[in-house]
Amino acid sequence: MKVLVPVKRVIDYNVKVRVKADGSGVDLANVKMSMNPFDEIAVEEAIRLKEAGKAEEIVAVSIGVKQAQETLRTALAMGADRAILVIAADDVHQDIEPLAVAKILAKVVEEEQPGLVLAGKQAIDNDMNATGQMLSALLGWSQGTFASELDIDGDHAKVTREVDGGLQTIKVKMPAIVTVDLRLNEPRYASLPNIMKAKKKPLDEKTAADYGVDVTPRLEIVKTAEPEARAAGEMVPDVDTLVAKLKEKGVV
Amino acid sequence: MQYGLTDEQEMIAATVRAFVEKEIYPHEALVERTGEVPQEIAEEIKRKTIELGFYACNFPESVGCAGLCHLDFALVERELGRGSMALNHFFGRPQNILMACEGDQVDRYLMPAVRGERMDALAMTEPGAGSDVRGMTCSAKRDRGDWVMNGSKHFISGADHADFVIVFIATGEDMTDKGPKKRITAFLVDRGTPGFTIRDGYRSVSHRGYKNMILEFDDCRLPDAQVLGAVDGGFEVMNTWLYATRITVATMSVGRARRVFDHALGYAAEREQFGQKIGKFQGVSFQLADMITEIDAADLLTLAAANRLDQGLPANREIASAKLYASEMLARVTDAAIQIHGGMGLMDDFPMERFWRDARVERIWDGTSEIQRHIISRDLLRPLGA
Ligand SMILES: Cc1cc2nc3c(=O)[nH]c(=O)nc-3n(C[C@H](O)[C@H](O)[C@H](O)COP(=O)(O)OP(=O)(O)OC[C@H]3O[C@@H](n4cnc5c(N)ncnc54)[C@H](O)[C@@H]3O)c2cc1C
Ligand SMILES: Cc1cc2nc3c(=O)[nH]c(=O)nc-3n(C[C@H](O)[C@H](O)[C@H](O)COP(=O)(O)OP(=O)(O)OC[C@H]3O[C@@H](n4cnc5c(N)ncnc54)[C@H](O)[C@@H]3O)c2cc1C
Repeated sequence: MKVLVPVKRVIDYNVKVRVKADGSGVDLANVKMSMNPFDEIAVEEAIRLKEAGKAEEIVAVSIGVKQAQETLRTALAMGADRAILVIAADDVHQDIEPLAVAKILAKVVEEEQPGLVLAGKQAIDNDMNATGQMLSALLGWSQGTFASELDIDGDHAKVTREVDGGLQTIKVKMPAIVTVDLRLNEPRYASLPNIMKAKKKPLDEKTAADYGVDVTPRLEIVKTAEPEARAAGEMVPDVDTLVAKLKEKGVV
Repeated sequence: MQYGLTDEQEMIAATVRAFVEKEIYPHEALVERTGEVPQEIAEEIKRKTIELGFYACNFPESVGCAGLCHLDFALVERELGRGSMALNHFFGRPQNILMACEGDQVDRYLMPAVRGERMDALAMTEPGAGSDVRGMTCSAKRDRGDWVMNGSKHFISGADHADFVIVFIATGEDMTDKGPKKRITAFLVDRGTPGFTIRDGYRSVSHRGYKNMILEFDDCRLPDAQVLGAVDGGFEVMNTWLYATRITVATMSVGRARRVFDHALGYAAEREQFGQKIGKFQGVSFQLADMITEIDAADLLTLAAANRLDQGLPANREIASAKLYASEMLARVTDAAIQIHGGMGLMDDFPMERFWRDARVERIWDGTSEIQRHIISRDLLRPLGA
């Protein structure tokens, strides 16, 4: 089985984000970028499937600016076998919306014929949580989202999903799209020999036009703003005062 | 000279940095408090480093290692420099002088060292011979075909964990125009050899848990098979293999300075006095400007020196400049970081005071600042006959 893993280049989770002065979005100039943490978990899961003999090849794909190449190299250093870079924007500030990404991925799936697409449940930049679901709709494949456990058994997969209030286990037919949640695994560090090998692994470069997909944004960003600073708390002397205050505010 | 790192080099640095942040930082407070690295933590760091193929990555592929070039290895050590030296000792980087092993020394010392099975330490310094290595009095004399060693060494880092020590010892004396000159030989000495004792050294203000030990030789008998390199060839092996090790101090100083800087920058952007962030006061902001300028300068100086080694160019002066400047930069940066933190900078609730203490030794070991200045100035003036 071949596993396709889409990986997105996003602002590093340690970076304190700043809104651009004109409110059009987050400032991405000269900030540290990394692989979306959920995608790292997806790459790790793919490698584990390969190590368990359930997958033969791992193909990482990234859609965005040319610099996403670095993200793909990271995936290759972790253990992916080859990579496809689909250049869809020149400006780091142009986000490719989930529908456009899903359409391009659908074309890549057509070409590559993977048995499984393992994606992050969402990207930590825009928190859309939509690409995997849209891809499933476009391909007509089954989907298992928010996976915290994945067990592939022949032409079926058992996916444990983290849902409000607990865990839900579903059985889906392969080929499938599985989007992964935080607790699925803990991604490994790239080993030094794999870092050295990554450079020699194939990385194909394509463009959105090659796949005939229009990536023009359909959403208009009206305004981006910093979250409001949290108001300072208030110390209360005892439980009675606390209860009284809460009642006063109508919380209890 | 070349500028810029490749994607691969960036990834090596990023990986080591992530490792240090996740595997070293969480144990630092414990090591600071107790002055010890618990055995199980040491083993875990070692095991993970081996698994990742980073153990002994300064050694060549011919002995099964990664064979990093000097520049790549400097990046590894720069990121390691962020973390506790006591802990990252187990992110093993054996002395590359072990490449001088010959015959069955390869299987007894070199291979076990690079596989992480046996740990090494290196001993030159004596109470009476620090900067002046040739002034050593520790000596080995011929006796019925063996060597018999007497004397002591001190300040020997990592000897508490060492299974064997590479020891430099006087094996004779030549008369020269400038007076008597010691002949020196390197020996491989196993822990447990009769007549050889490793005992606790002094308590140091810098790098708690990274201990310095005292070695004592009392009629310690060694066969010729324990000689590393040639008899009386100690200076040759030293010059061939220890030349590059001063880069370690320089590059680790840079890594640590960057960690310290991030604390200072963050604090200046958060702490308010007189109704505004203290970073708004030029008295604070200009200190930050000077700090980052010096850090970048030291970083470039160090990487350029490493690159010269990779190009096969003479680098003695450049390495000395990097070691001198980076270690002195770290002193200034840690001092300024405390200043920016105000009174809290001195308290052990923050790691600032530790970074400041740790910085002190960097100007002393692996050749003091004065010795580096001596090397730099001799390199410039000797060709002019001065
Ligand atoms: C924590 C720690 C760990 C160490 N680990 C090791 C180790 O693992 N193995 C090892 O072999 N050694 C080790 N050392 C020894 C270290 O390399 C020496 O401390 C260093 O070389 C200086 O020697 P010294 O301390 O005897 O000082 P000295 O040489 O006595 O110097 C005293 C002062 O005189 C100055 N001075 C000396 N000669 C000159 C000169 N010609 N011109 C101008 N000024 C001069 C020095 O710069 C210094 O300021 C360690 C030291 C420390 C502190
Ligand atoms: C060991 C110790 C004992 C002490 N004992 C006492 C005591 O007995 N009683 C008591 O009342 N206090 C005491 N203090 C407090 C001491 O006086 C303060 O630490 C000192 O005034 C600095 O304040 P701070 O630590 O809050 O630093 P901050 O005021 O927060 O300063 C942080 C940094 O910002 C800089 N900064 C602040 N404002 C400006 C500005 N306008 N322009 C430029 N730079 C600026 C500072 O110079 C410093 O570098 C003690 C402190 C210590 C460390």
